[in-house]
Amino acid sequence: MKTLKNLSLLFISALVFTACSNDDDNPEPVNEEEVITTLTATLVPTTDGSTITLQTRDSDGDGPTAPVVTVSGALAANTTYNGTLSLLNETESPAESINVEIEEEDDEHQFFYQVTNSLATFTYEDFDEDSNPVGLAFTLTTSATPGTGTLTITLRHEPNKSASGVSDGDITNAGGETDIQAVFNISVE
Amino acid sequence: MKHYILIIACCLFGIAYGQNCNYKLSGNVHDFHDGSAITGAAIYIETLDRYTTSDIEGNYSISNLCNGLLTLEISHLGCETKRINVQINGNTQYEINMEHHIEELNEIKIDASGNSKLTKTSQETQLKAKTLERFSAFSLGDALKQVSGVSSINTGNTIVKPVINGLHSSRIVVMTNNVRLQDQEWGIEHAPSIDLNSAGQINVIKGANALAYGGDAIGGVIVLKPKNISLKDSLYGKTILGAQSNGRGYNISSSLTKSWEKGWYATGQASYKRFGDFKAPDYYLTNTGMNSKGVSLNTGFKTFEKGFNIFYSYLNNEIGILRASHIGSVEDLVNAINNQKPLVQDDFSYAISAPRQEVTHQVIKADFFKRFKTFGRLEVQYDFQNNRRFEYDIRVGDDKDKAALDLTLKTHTLKSDLKIDSNTNAIYKFGINVGFQNNFANPETGVRRLIPDYDKYDFGVYAITDFKLGDNTNLDFGLRYDFSKIDAKKFYITSRWEERGYDEDFADIVIDDLGTQLLANPVLTYHNVSASAGITYQFNANNSVIFNYGLANRAPNPSELFSDGLHHSAARIELGDLRIKQETSNRIGTSYLFKNETLSVNLESYLNHINDYIFIKPTGTELTIRGAFPVWEYEQTNALLYGLDVSANYKFNDDWFLNNKTAFIKGRDVTKKEALIDMPSFKTVNTIGYSNKKWLNFNAELQSELVLKQNDYPDNNFEVFIPTTEEFVLLDISTPPPTYHLMHFESDITVKLFEKTDLNIGLNITNIFNTSYREYLNRLRYFADDLGRNFMLQLKINY
Repeated sequence: MKTLKNLSLLFISALVFTACSNDDDNPEPVNEEEVITTLTATLVPTTDGSTITLQTRDSDGDGPTAPVVTVSGALAANTTYNGTLSLLNETESPAESINVEIEEEDDEHQFFYQVTNSLATFTYEDFDEDSNPVGLAFTLTTSATPGTGTLTITLRHEPNKSASGVSDGDITNAGGETDIQAVFNISVE
Repeated sequence: MKHYILIIACCLFGIAYGQNCNYKLSGNVHDFHDGSAITGAAIYIETLDRYTTSDIEGNYSISNLCNGLLTLEISHLGCETKRINVQINGNTQYEINMEHHIEELNEIKIDASGNSKLTKTSQETQLKAKTLERFSAFSLGDALKQVSGVSSINTGNTIVKPVINGLHSSRIVVMTNNVRLQDQEWGIEHAPSIDLNSAGQINVIKGANALAYGGDAIGGVIVLKPKNISLKDSLYGKTILGAQSNGRGYNISSSLTKSWEKGWYATGQASYKRFGDFKAPDYYLTNTGMNSKGVSLNTGFKTFEKGFNIFYSYLNNEIGILRASHIGSVEDLVNAINNQKPLVQDDFSYAISAPRQEVTHQVIKADFFKRFKTFGRLEVQYDFQNNRRFEYDIRVGDDKDKAALDLTLKTHTLKSDLKIDSNTNAIYKFGINVGFQNNFANPETGVRRLIPDYDKYDFGVYAITDFKLGDNTNLDFGLRYDFSKIDAKKFYITSRWEERGYDEDFADIVIDDLGTQLLANPVLTYHNVSASAGITYQFNANNSVIFNYGLANRAPNPSELFSDGLHHSAARIELGDLRIKQETSNRIGTSYLFKNETLSVNLESYLNHINDYIFIKPTGTELTIRGAFPVWEYEQTNALLYGLDVSANYKFNDDWFLNNKTAFIKGRDVTKKEALIDMPSFKTVNTIGYSNKKWLNFNAELQSELVLKQNDYPDNNFEVFIPTTEEFVLLDISTPPPTYHLMHFESDITVKLFEKTDLNIGLNITNIFNTSYREYLNRLRYFADDLGRNFMLQLKINY
C-alpha cells in the first residue's frame, strides 16, 4: 500500500506542477503574411479620354465579408489603354505593397486577363528573366463594338509558364495557386 | 540459488546430526478470491515424491517431515497449478491460496490464443494476432474493416479512420495498452496515431456499453492490447517483412520479448514502412506516399497478486496527400468533379511534398496493480501523451517549407480502477480518472489558428456490476459521470465574430480588441451522465442472445466549437459554433448467436437515437479575393441510426469454408426528415477458403467485396457562378459514387526452419481485376479513383 501511496503522490504532484506551470499569458495574434486585400487596375488611355480604375477590396481577408468591387466607369470602344496593377495588404497599417514581392519573384507569378463577349484583347508588357510574361503591366485594347460583360483578373503563384498557351495569356494549363481572382463587370461604350 | 544452497546445507546438516523427522505440515487450501475451501486439491510433495489431497473442508496435512525446505505442487481443476516452497520448522501451519479465475489468469499467463472478451453483454468482436499480422503494412482502420459493421472514412488510402456503425472521430474511444488515445481525433483527416504492429489483439466494442473506457463513446470503443507475455524463462521474437507492388512499398516490423518465470518481462518492438505514390488503375496518384516509423517498449513485473508496467511508444507518420486534391477556389472544385480525372498526374515517385502532414505521437504510461485476498484488484495508472501535428500546405515564397498548422496536444491522465471479484456471481468495478490537457497552436506558421490554444480539465467516475444468474444468464449495469471544462483563448476576425452573432451572445468573453481581430476567452463546462444495461442468455449449447441499452453523452470537441476559417488543405471554410451543446445517444442493441460444429452465425442489430447530433455539412460559398470557397458548417439535429451486421461462417469439411460479412445501415435526420450525410453504404463480403495442413499448412482465400451505391444521401448541392463563362453551374458534392465490386486473393504457407523457428510466406492480391472505383466515404473521391491492383508478398518469421 505504501508504494501505491507514493506513486499516487508523485503523479498528483506531477499533475499539479504541469497545471501550475501553465502561465496565463494571452496567445499572440497571427497576422497572416500572404494576405492580399486590395487589387487596383489603373487603365490610362493612350489617346484622349478618362482613366478608368477597377478595384476589388476584401477588408477582412478570408473573413465572411465579401470583397467590394468598384469600376470607375465605362471603357471607350476601339481604344488602347496602358494598364498597371497595384496590390496591397491593408490588414497592416500602413498598408503593405505586394507589388515588390511579385517583382522580386516575377518568374513565380503571372496574371491572366479574361473577358467575355470579346470586349477587349490584352498584351503583356512586362517579362521575367526567362522572357515569360508577368502582367503587372499590360495594354488593353477594346473592341470596336460596344457591349457589356466581365473582366476576370487572376494571379497565379508558381504557374507552369512553359505550358502550352500560358505565355499567351491562356490560363487553362497554367496550374499553380490562385492568389487573386477578381471579377469586374465592365462595359464598352 | 539461495534456496538450493539452503537445501544442500539442510541436507548436509541432516546427515551429520541425524535429525528428528516427525514433524507435521498442515493447513487449509482456499480460494484466493472468496476464501472458500477447495476440496480435493492434489498436493504433490516434490521433495519426497509423495501425494495427498485436501479434504471436504480444504484441510490437508503431511506428516513425518524433517526440518528444512519442502517443495509442494498443488493442482486443482480450473486452477493454475502452483509451486510453493515451505520452510518446515517443527510442526508447521501453512495456508495455501489457489487462484481459480481462469479469466484473470489469462491476463497473466496464456498467449493471446484464447478468446478474451472484455465485456459480457456488448456487441464485441476480437481481432487476433494472426489477422493483425496480415495488415502489418496497413493502418488500424484497414484492419478493423474485418469486423462486420466497421467501415472507414478516408482521406486517400493512408489516412484511414475507423467508423463503427456509421459513427467516427470523437465518437470512438481508442484505448492503446489501457491509455485513452488523445491525438486530435476530431478531424476527418486525422487518422489514429497507432502503429498496428504494436498490438497483439484488438477488441471492438460497438456502442457505449463499455463505460470503464469513457462515457462519450457513442460509436464504440477500440481496445488494443500488446501481446500477452507468458511467465516463463524465455526469449522469443517475430519479424515481418513485406513488399507490395502498388506504391512500391516495403515494410519491416520486428519484436523481441524476454520473460522470466519470476515475473519480470520486457518487450521491444519497432516498425518501418515506406510507400511511394500509389496507383489507380489508370494513373499514379501523385504525392500519396507515406513514411512511418514506430517504436514501443513494454516492461514490468507481474505475478498473480501484484505487478507494474511501464510502457513507452513513439510513432512518426509522414503522409503525402494527393496533389490533385489541393484546389484553389470553388471553380477548381467544379472542374475537378466534372473532369473525373486528377488534374495533376505525374510519374511514380517516393517523394512526399506538400500537401502533406507529419504527426508524432508519444505515450508514456506507468501502472501498478495489486490483488487483495478475498477482495479484488486495485490498479493505479498515470499516462502522458504528446501529440505533435504539422500540416504542410502548398505555400509559396518564403513560407514554402513552413507548416500551415503546428499543434502540440499534451495530455496527462491519472486513473484508478478497482475490481471486487471475491464473489464470481457478482463482480463490481469502480473507477475514477482525472485529466489535464493543453493544446498549443504555434503562431509561427503565419496562418490563423484553426484550433485555438486551450486547457481542458476532465474528471470521471464510474461503477459497473456484473451479475451471473445461474449458468445461462449474465446481467450488467453501469453508471458513469463525467465533467469536462475547456478554457480557450481564441482570436476571431471581427467580421466573423459579428457574422456568427457572437457580438450579441458572447460579448462578455472578449478580452482584447485588436481592431480587425478580437481575442475571446470562452470557458465551457459540460456535465455528462452515461448509463448501460445488458443481458446475455444462453438457451443451449448452440443458441444465445444479447440485449443491451446504452445512454451516452458527448461534449463537443474543439473542432466543433472553434473551427473558423479557411482550411487551406481542404480548400473549404469550416465553421464551428460556440453554442453547440453535447449530444445524447440512446442505443439499443440486440444480438443473436448460433454456433455448432459447422456453422456459426452472428446477427447484431442496433438502433441509435442521437439527440443534438453534431455534424458538418456544406452550406454554400463565401467570396474572398481569392475567389469563392465552399463553406462547411457544424450543425446539430436529431438523428436516428439503425442497422444490422451479419457475420457467418460455414465449414464444409476440414479443408473448405465459406464466410459472409454483411453490414446494412440507415442514418436519418429525423428533424429534417432526410438522410444523414456520410453514412456507409451497404456492403457484403463473401469469402471461400481452402486449407490443407499437408501442403506446408497451406491456406488460400478468394474474397468478393460488393459495395452498393449509397442511395440515401442529403442533397447539399448548390450552384456556383463561374465568372469567366458567366454561367451558373451545379456543384455536385453530394451524389455518391456508383456501386463497385472487387475481388481479392490471399494465401500463405508455413515452413519450419528450425526447432523453434517458423517461416510464414504470404501472397496477397487485392483488386485482382484492376477495377476503377470510388468510395463514398473517401474525401478524395472528388479528385481521383481509388487504388488499383496490388500484389503483396509477406514473410513472417517467428523465433
